[in-house]
Amino acid sequence: MTTSVPSINAADRERLRVAYPEVFHRSFLQRYGLLIGSGTVFLYLAICFFAFNVGPAFMQGQWDRASIYIQDWYSWRAQPRLRYEDDGSVRVQWSNRGQYAEGADIFWLQPTQNRGYKVTYGSDANRLDVTPTQVDVYVNGTAYPVTITEDAATAPAGAPSAIVQDGNKVIVHYGFAGQAEIRTSQVYVQRRFLGWANFLFDTRSEFWGKGWGELISLATVGDRLDPARANISHMWGDFLENTVWQHADIFSKLAQTLVMAFVGTLFGTLLAFPFAFIAARNITPNRAANWLMKRSFDFLRSIDMLIWALFFTRSFGPGPIPGIAAIFFTDTGALGKVYAEALENVDDKQREGVKSVGANPVIVNRFGVVPQVLPVFISQSLYFWESNTRSATVIGAVGAGGIGLKLLEAMGTNADWDKVAYMVLLILMVVFLFDAMSNAIRSRLIGGPSH
Amino acid sequence: MATISEQNNRVPGGGLGPAASMVMQHYRQQLRTRRVYTAIAIVVFLFVLGASLNFANDANSGKFFERLPYLFDFIKNFVPDSPMEIFRAMFDLPSPYADGSLKYNYTSDRVYITETLYIPHFLYQLVITINIALVSTIIGAAIAFVLCFFASTNLVGAGATRFVVRRIMEVMRAFPEIVIAGLLTAILSIGPIAAIIAITVHTIGALGKLFFEVVENSDMKPDEGLRAAGASWVERVRFAIVPQVLPNFVSYMLLRAEINVRASTIIGAVGGGGIGEVFRLAIGRDHAAKTYAIIILLLISIVAIDQFSAWLRRRLIGNQSFEFGRGEA
Repeated sequence: MTTSVPSINAADRERLRVAYPEVFHRSFLQRYGLLIGSGTVFLYLAICFFAFNVGPAFMQGQWDRASIYIQDWYSWRAQPRLRYEDDGSVRVQWSNRGQYAEGADIFWLQPTQNRGYKVTYGSDANRLDVTPTQVDVYVNGTAYPVTITEDAATAPAGAPSAIVQDGNKVIVHYGFAGQAEIRTSQVYVQRRFLGWANFLFDTRSEFWGKGWGELISLATVGDRLDPARANISHMWGDFLENTVWQHADIFSKLAQTLVMAFVGTLFGTLLAFPFAFIAARNITPNRAANWLMKRSFDFLRSIDMLIWALFFTRSFGPGPIPGIAAIFFTDTGALGKVYAEALENVDDKQREGVKSVGANPVIVNRFGVVPQVLPVFISQSLYFWESNTRSATVIGAVGAGGIGLKLLEAMGTNADWDKVAYMVLLILMVVFLFDAMSNAIRSRLIGGPSH
Repeated sequence: MATISEQNNRVPGGGLGPAASMVMQHYRQQLRTRRVYTAIAIVVFLFVLGASLNFANDANSGKFFERLPYLFDFIKNFVPDSPMEIFRAMFDLPSPYADGSLKYNYTSDRVYITETLYIPHFLYQLVITINIALVSTIIGAAIAFVLCFFASTNLVGAGATRFVVRRIMEVMRAFPEIVIAGLLTAILSIGPIAAIIAITVHTIGALGKLFFEVVENSDMKPDEGLRAAGASWVERVRFAIVPQVLPNFVSYMLLRAEINVRASTIIGAVGGGGIGEVFRLAIGRDHAAKTYAIIILLLISIVAIDQFSAWLRRRLIGNQSFEFGRGEA
């Protein structure tokens, strides 16, 4: 670009300078405005960086936990404790959230002949052979015997960096596959697998532990497990009653959130519609009524949805009703304002036409105004519906119930990130579905012949 | 509707030619079908609405009509000891009702800058909330600004880049803010950073979509001129597109700042700090004076920010493309 600038003589240069003063003589603000503006913004961000203690907060952040939490989104951990018994055997103890049924055959946790257990992490080259006196740790095929006494578990000299001596216990890291803590009384095993454990059926179900092929054949052609009902309804029942994943509860909470957004927006629309006619100057020729209506809309709109939500939660108790009421109140204000503005911009010719044949005011509005504004109204309401589907999630978390509260509860335990991921996935699916639906309706309304 | 059919009955094709009465007949037929469809739609709609209401009532912990009296009782009983209490709570002045309880501990909340000069607690929290909104709007808008050019068909074509960038924006827009805030709170401990990042992510998605739509609607003639002069892609974007779209971008950014103030209040209530959390505690503990003080503060600040940004936007781009921002939220 710079190479091919044609050379111009002094006269030409002077001519251009006079002809386009705004290009060559820019004001101070035009020249340096952007620089000053971005400088101010940077300064502001720098001040906030220190005021909010961003640096120390990130330094003190528990990033080791962070990686575990993120891994929990798409994988699960089995966490048995292998306890040493007095008689020289090893006993497997599961926590109450165990992912395996009683007596299940677990491929990575096999008993050995000397009454110990063999824990494999991916392959036999990475495994633990656990006995009460000694744990043989295999890392990449090499064995490192960890000796256990009353006082301490001791790693052998020359162990690789995957084996860490931590006080009187030894920690073995196998990367994503998991880790193990060898203590004086037990081995605390963590074994991680991709996917969500027991997502379809919990361990109480008769369908637990069956592969996809088996499940499909059971659902379609297989014999009834329970003679009283078909396998497919049996499956559906077991799926919903899954105690770990609580599908039925999550679906019902999701439905509550959707109902909040739907009913709230609908009621807001229904109330804003007639009131917008009162607020519009060209439709209701009464300044006082216009002013009063518009200020009421402003009032409803300006009080935060959060305030309405907390206020109604106090009176109705947690659940979808405060959510509906909060969305209804804010939306009546917001929609009323938008509607009134649309009404003030209508084309007066159609009203005059209807008026000139002697119609009464209601008929004038029905046939002279409504057909003009209805597509705009509906399209705006659909926008609000979409946006409220998202807001209802957050409103729920403050106490109005629904999936938001469920999310907050699941996050509070710090152990249910897989469930959080599941709910987020459901929310994303629903939001995308509604986006597509409302886009389809909107483009039909605005692009269609009705406009 | 009724009037048309009355008029039709009054003039039963009389005085019309055969062609015209045929048209009339067709018109009536269409009207009848349309009415049937409308009726069916209304019935379905009412059914869905009824089912929804019934479900909401069942799922709620108190039933609507049982709890309605509580609402009125709550409004009636939830009044401060005296109207002045609201202002004492707002500015952390000592209260004559002070009995050592949390309810009247206005003065102990003061945030001292020097020995004697203090910022009232609620004002301080309000400033935090507004700053959270501003910081996340600025950072979000900056990232959306960079991303949006890669999402617009007229600059990168309809290829993989556009597809990927648009999907990323969609996910960022739809991802529930409380989950990001919750995850970060678990890692970084409680504080405003989690709220900033959560709102920033949503802002990138929401503004990115609005931005690339503006870019796609921009006039491509300056771009052609630069292309003819051999300008690179970056130069074309910088000198042909950015000057056109910047006023709209700034306008959308201001609109977003308004929305983000509300969002940061709500995220605050879920655990991000700021005025939202203080408000949740005040209303939860039945501290009427504090609650009303916060409502008044929030009302004033939100109205002020709305008015300021409306004024700025009007100066920037005039009255056009004004009202459709909130729906995109």
